[in-house]
Amino acid sequence: MHADPKGVLTGIHFIDGDHAACEGALAAGCRFVAGYPITPSTEVVERFASRIPLVGGVFIQMEDEIASSIAILGGAWAGKKVMTVTSGPGLSLMMEHIGLAVITETPCVIVDVQRGGPSTGLPTLPAQADLMQVKWGSHGDYEIIALSPNSPQECFDLMIKAFNLAETYRVPVFFMMDEVVGHMTERVEIPAPEDIDVVDRKWTTKKPGEYNVYQAGADLVPEMVKAGDGYRIHVTGLTHDERGYPAMNPVAQDKLVRRLINKIRDHREDIVDVREDGVEGADVVVVSFGITSRVAQAAVEQARVRGVKVGHLRLVICWPFPATRIAQLAETAKAFVVPELNMGQMVLEVERAVCGRAAVLPIGHAGGTVHEPATILNKIMEAAQ
Amino acid sequence: MSGLPSLNANLEQEFGLINPVMPYLRQDRIPHIWCPGCGIGTTVNCFARALTDSGMDLDKVAIVSGIGCTGRVAGYMNLDSFHTTHGRAIPFATGLKLANPGMKVVVYSGDGDLTAIGGNHFVHAARRNMDLMIVCVNNFTYGMTGGQVAPTTPIGPTQTTMPYGNFENPFNLPFLADACGAVYVARWTVYHVKQLAKAMLDGLNKKGFVFIEAMSPCPTLYSRRNRLGDGVDQLKYYKEKSVIRNGADTKEVGIAYQGEIVVGKFVDRERPTWLDSMNSHFGSVFGDRFTPYGVTDGQE
Repeated sequence: MHADPKGVLTGIHFIDGDHAACEGALAAGCRFVAGYPITPSTEVVERFASRIPLVGGVFIQMEDEIASSIAILGGAWAGKKVMTVTSGPGLSLMMEHIGLAVITETPCVIVDVQRGGPSTGLPTLPAQADLMQVKWGSHGDYEIIALSPNSPQECFDLMIKAFNLAETYRVPVFFMMDEVVGHMTERVEIPAPEDIDVVDRKWTTKKPGEYNVYQAGADLVPEMVKAGDGYRIHVTGLTHDERGYPAMNPVAQDKLVRRLINKIRDHREDIVDVREDGVEGADVVVVSFGITSRVAQAAVEQARVRGVKVGHLRLVICWPFPATRIAQLAETAKAFVVPELNMGQMVLEVERAVCGRAAVLPIGHAGGTVHEPATILNKIMEAAQ
Repeated sequence: MSGLPSLNANLEQEFGLINPVMPYLRQDRIPHIWCPGCGIGTTVNCFARALTDSGMDLDKVAIVSGIGCTGRVAGYMNLDSFHTTHGRAIPFATGLKLANPGMKVVVYSGDGDLTAIGGNHFVHAARRNMDLMIVCVNNFTYGMTGGQVAPTTPIGPTQTTMPYGNFENPFNLPFLADACGAVYVARWTVYHVKQLAKAMLDGLNKKGFVFIEAMSPCPTLYSRRNRLGDGVDQLKYYKEKSVIRNGADTKEVGIAYQGEIVVGKFVDRERPTWLDSMNSHFGSVFGDRFTPYGVTDGQE
């Protein structure tokens, strides 16, 4: 279906990534946001608070991120598309409700405008050190989806995709920006509503009495209803059966956890999204995501001038990780260069996919600024030896 | 316990009688987990009676619980029901209510859940006058985890994490709710079933942040460890030591160990809810450009 015109600010804009992300959410149909101020993400909710009264919906600033991260789950079960927005310390506080969203299969988008950590760290400066936290931060076994835009335009475009994925798979979807992408101002083109494809919730067509809240078909994603429609659903964070009733035994646990994980793993190749530049037959492949991809692209182009056969594989979706594609490239590439604004997180996944068939050279960075292109260039040259 | 459904079936067959609470329960989830002598089931009876008397469309009533013994209430009620995380029933309910204002949203949880781990959400929801009815079953202890000290435990009794007796000052919950801005505050015990059901009916009919404290025995942990007898002994205590004082100053209704229990309706006032304030404020800011939120939205 097309976007609801009420939320779409069609036209050419000169705005930063935080504002563009908010416009993406509105265009995707998000009508309920609960949030708590935290640098460098606050502009997203500030814009939502100013826009939503005339679009039709609600913004509420909650008492903390714990409250924000569960208020949106209540909002989703009341039928709205929902989002919360945060950064480092707030993301840490939200972790319990990532697990609740996973086990209750509540579609939601969590924007994480990454800053330097640990702890309060560098509130106003960038990092990409939450990559593993968004994947593994809540307790227990689960799968999520995470996107990483590298420009304000992508903050808009990929936000639509984030909501569509959340609704398609009924999982929390992380929108991993960083301070630089959040605060850089660029041209953003917002299309007409009829040119924006929006995925509606997977509403059931069954009647009350025929419907089980957690009965899934072949795609492993159950159909949803909302509170107030007469289905008298029970939704719990306990391990549950298809009726949603608590079922605390190893058989029910196995059935539920396997389905929650497999509904993503079975669709991994559909979800994975990479942008490739000259990777086929390259001797060296640079793997990057988010803001680092823009720095890396400059280094790749300089290395080509120096005669190196180098390609660039950029992760638009970080989770699920494109392990299959990297394994294919490892058949021919001599080396992978992995710059990221952390001390070595994505590189662990690259090593796992490459599995010893090529060299893997990390370029760690503690955050606070972006890499120097020369640093990446030097590593490409070293890898090409 | 497992004999209960068949007993009802026999009554229905032989005498044409059914337990009036049964339609409000998910009967396929009985027996429940609560101990003999526990008062939570009694509060559920009262709640079912209040729902009957309210005449509300039950499809438009949602119940949200946190974690703990009382947290299991949501799972037994035949309503749209949500069993959330520890302490966070109120913010979940806030999201549910704001995203579908046509729902009546009831938060049903324990004293530890609502006022220790969930204390921050409690005070802010009351401050905002979020349109939620809060039923707090207060048994002075953490039952599900084995009898630890709660923010409501009076000074004196032994708890597993206060093995020499509690020395920490407890909350006076009606005072807390009153001070934070609740529009309706009442306290009853599970001895006062009529009054408790009436308070719940009042709460269902009231707009805004409603707080109902229901004192309830925990014979397995709190009573046994402190040699207070069984559930019936606690009911006797409630009967003998309760004083009805409607309109009492909430400052004066704190509870000492096995001391006097002031019960009654303490607060009943009007304040605009969060959503009413939002709608009227945006109406004045934006004029005709603003469509009041939730007025048609909730009726969809």
